[in-house]
Amino acid sequence: MRKLATDVVVIGGGSTGIGVLRDCAMRGYRTILLDRADLAQGTSGRFHGLLHSGGRYVVSDPESARECASENSIVTRIQPDAVECTGGLFVTAPGDDPEFGDRFLAGAALTGVHAEEISVSTALAREPRLNPGITRAILVEDGTVDGWQLAWSAAQSAIQHGGQVLTYHKVTQVHHGDGMVNGVTATDLKTGEEVWIECSFVLNCAGPWAGQITHMAGLPPVAVIPGRGSMIAMSHRLVNTVINRCIYPADGDILVPVHTVCVIGTTDHKVDDPDHLAIPRDEVQQMLDAGEELIPGFRQARALHAWAGARPLIKDDRVAASDTRHMSRGMAVIDHSVRDDVRGLITIGGGKLTTYRLMAEHIVDAMEEQLGTSHPCTTAEEMCPGNEAGRNYMITHRLKEREEDRSRSPIICECELMNRDMFVSLLKEHPHANLDDLRRQLRIGMGPCQGGFCSTRAAGIAVEEGVVDAERATGLLKLFLENRWTGTWPILHGDQVRQVGLDNWILQGTLDIAHVPSPTKVETDPVDDPVPSDPVDDPVPSDPVDDPPLHDAVDDPVLADPGEEPVPSDLGDSPPTDPMTESPPTDPVDWKEAT
Amino acid sequence: MFDAASQEHATLARASLDQCLKCTICETQCPVMAVTPLFPGPKFVGPQAERYRHGDSVDHSLDYCSSCGTCTLVCPQGVKIAELNSVARAAMKKDHMPVRDQIISRTTLMGKAMHPVAPVANWALRLAPVRWIMEKVIGIHRKAAMPVASTQTFSSWLKHHTSSTQPTRGKVVFFHGCAGEYFEVETSIKTVELLEHLGFQVVTPKQGCCGLALQSNGLFDAARTYVRDLSAQLDIEPGTPIIGSAASCVGMLKHEAREIMGVDDPALIEVGARVRDASEFLLDLAERGELPLDFTPVPLTVAYHAPCQLKGQGMGKPALDLLRLIPGLTVVDAEATCCGIAGTYGFKKEKYDIGQAVGKPLFDAVLEVNPHLAVCDTETCRWQIAAATGAQVVHPVWLLHKAYGLS
Repeated sequence: MRKLATDVVVIGGGSTGIGVLRDCAMRGYRTILLDRADLAQGTSGRFHGLLHSGGRYVVSDPESARECASENSIVTRIQPDAVECTGGLFVTAPGDDPEFGDRFLAGAALTGVHAEEISVSTALAREPRLNPGITRAILVEDGTVDGWQLAWSAAQSAIQHGGQVLTYHKVTQVHHGDGMVNGVTATDLKTGEEVWIECSFVLNCAGPWAGQITHMAGLPPVAVIPGRGSMIAMSHRLVNTVINRCIYPADGDILVPVHTVCVIGTTDHKVDDPDHLAIPRDEVQQMLDAGEELIPGFRQARALHAWAGARPLIKDDRVAASDTRHMSRGMAVIDHSVRDDVRGLITIGGGKLTTYRLMAEHIVDAMEEQLGTSHPCTTAEEMCPGNEAGRNYMITHRLKEREEDRSRSPIICECELMNRDMFVSLLKEHPHANLDDLRRQLRIGMGPCQGGFCSTRAAGIAVEEGVVDAERATGLLKLFLENRWTGTWPILHGDQVRQVGLDNWILQGTLDIAHVPSPTKVETDPVDDPVPSDPVDDPVPSDPVDDPPLHDAVDDPVLADPGEEPVPSDLGDSPPTDPMTESPPTDPVDWKEAT
Repeated sequence: MFDAASQEHATLARASLDQCLKCTICETQCPVMAVTPLFPGPKFVGPQAERYRHGDSVDHSLDYCSSCGTCTLVCPQGVKIAELNSVARAAMKKDHMPVRDQIISRTTLMGKAMHPVAPVANWALRLAPVRWIMEKVIGIHRKAAMPVASTQTFSSWLKHHTSSTQPTRGKVVFFHGCAGEYFEVETSIKTVELLEHLGFQVVTPKQGCCGLALQSNGLFDAARTYVRDLSAQLDIEPGTPIIGSAASCVGMLKHEAREIMGVDDPALIEVGARVRDASEFLLDLAERGELPLDFTPVPLTVAYHAPCQLKGQGMGKPALDLLRLIPGLTVVDAEATCCGIAGTYGFKKEKYDIGQAVGKPLFDAVLEVNPHLAVCDTETCRWQIAAATGAQVVHPVWLLHKAYGLS
């Protein structure tokens, strides 16, 4: 057993946890962050990419609007490379009540959210594909943000201040005695090793999984009600400005241009288990219809990938009303010294990625209040590393970079313009990473071909560079393709069908990938209570071609009830459990993720 | 500024990128990519790079595209690759259009300037020091093939011309193009004589340039004006076929101006529907049994090159089929992708060597088949092939003209 000692343990590597890690580290606390998977692999990596201007809330929630407006400018400043200043439009679509625009403008004036009504013709000149039938257009300062880049740059900042990040470490127990938290045990999922971390404070930032953590502390579980939101990425940017419906917040009311794609979102349905988020067929249709209302011809455009995220809503009747003083809007803070007479444990839920830094500030303030200490929060002042250029992200950046280095380093992922040097250098930094871990930082496989061409190149290079052996590389490749496929099948129609046909021809027809030797030694999952590994509702697709690329067909999985019996995916001759030596089977928290 | 129609059009070309499957067939056929690493290839600069384009133009290597259009022609998924690239190039060059590109893309201007002093101009363009200065000052490669100005313009020939035959088949409108007025006058004359010999009444309106060279240099605004004016000039005889002897300019009227620049002028649509390449028109007659086959044998073997802009019209290679009707004549299809001139591309200092490398397989084929005579439908390609091989390169009508005993 590995033994560590620290002041604070943060559980959960989403934007909230990482923001808290950074804030604690900057205030001088020795802090360790644990996540059972990679950073921002849950909710923080599965949203539509909007950095709120506050416009969305000027009517429904003025305080949220104020917070968003202020945090938007802070995040844009301290993490410029993760943020694109696209601007946003609130448009009144045909049939929408034009008077809502007046309430919107009045709300914006009250909350200090910058908003300016522009003429419909100006809006159409800016966004030629926008529905010409719109009757009003209001320009706001929405931006778009890469959740993974945001997470990693904040984590790097925390690390510079002495914070530690332990990914693929699953918490198994939160220990307390005499009404005081005194440590956490976790399992290193890559090695199977047990880790004991002595600490005096635990900040439970596990989001939709927060209830599972309080359960591990032996306390009455916090009631978390995950709200599932589905999103679809389209193959290229149909718009370059965030397009919002100028209506009271509803489903399918936003189209976000982020990186090379644009994302239509989102729905909101209560679910039981944040690890099993189905993307029902009717929700896909609902999103495509919503897109069509904003952009005529949207349904003919190419849909690439769908995913769902779980909103971490906490509805806990044991929260005292007085606990709300440390809350940001939409955020719940549960002080367990009040709730359960256990000091040194705070659970946080809710919130928005846009306000992650402010939420962290409130949480760490709450911790300090319990500890009786006080240090100033400086997270809004200091730039995060990796942003040295000091300019905001623009869609043209990668094209410009490849224009300069194209002849020196070959392009591996042609859709997302990732070259060999980028891949090799991150791979060597994270030799135990799987291809999805690398994808979240490099965007490999997230473009139109969904890994059909680049994944085999990447696996080959990993072997060539001596980082993995051929068997592991094959396992990595299969896992990556399976995870891509999981997000492809729910939206499979139109142009993407032909791509899948070609990819299948290459991978199955030429490489016979299902039968390429992959690791024969199947390591048992070291976790006692494994993260759900069986693809219970992992909707194994019925394959569009005779010879399925990776899976056996299952009858109409789209409508499968999440509670059904598991349907194991069949990897040819491999056992149904994961063939990888170092990755959890089918990477349960990794499916249905942002393209 | 894009007008609304062309903006909508650019959007449609952009939408076609959704159809790209990365099959890479365009890359296997791109003649430029095959000879230089400076060009990242049609898939890269077309559907891939387009996903990253917004605001600033950052990928200047796209200018190594020759606009030959082979990529669009071969794409099995219907991606408008060359069109995407032409639009991106226009955006790129908007703020820094080289003076050279402004000059060489205005063929009429060059013709007007050179024609009155044709012997002097032609002589001067053969002088090494003059060419050296041209290369240094405006960037036209010193070895690039230059057009030879005719001492007589086609219009002045036409002024004194009366048909020797009575029309028996009705009217056709003749479209000679600007090169046919100043440089390729003989081709224009032979086409008129041939059509009259076949019994057509040839109407030749005063006409300007189609703007193709401007378009391929990214000068869309000027090109739109040119093509609109030309369309109005040619649209004089409702329902009458318009016969062109400049195959690439015919392609501009048929589809390029609409597909690349979004020109949707009614006159252009009308003219575009009626315009026919000379060989296309004559082969149609032959297929209907309406072309007299009383040819005098022409005992020759020649290589034929189908220009890119002709292939882009999606009508096969009509000249090849037509010339094969002439007894004694053996026409060998050079089966080359591109001659390397691609309008004005191969003239340019920085692209001359690429153009020569692109054309090499064609030049070799010409030299092997017949080093003295070859056949090709477009002007600049003929100049390029002639300069590289020393062969005389003629329009297909020259051989028909001879086979009918007209020359």
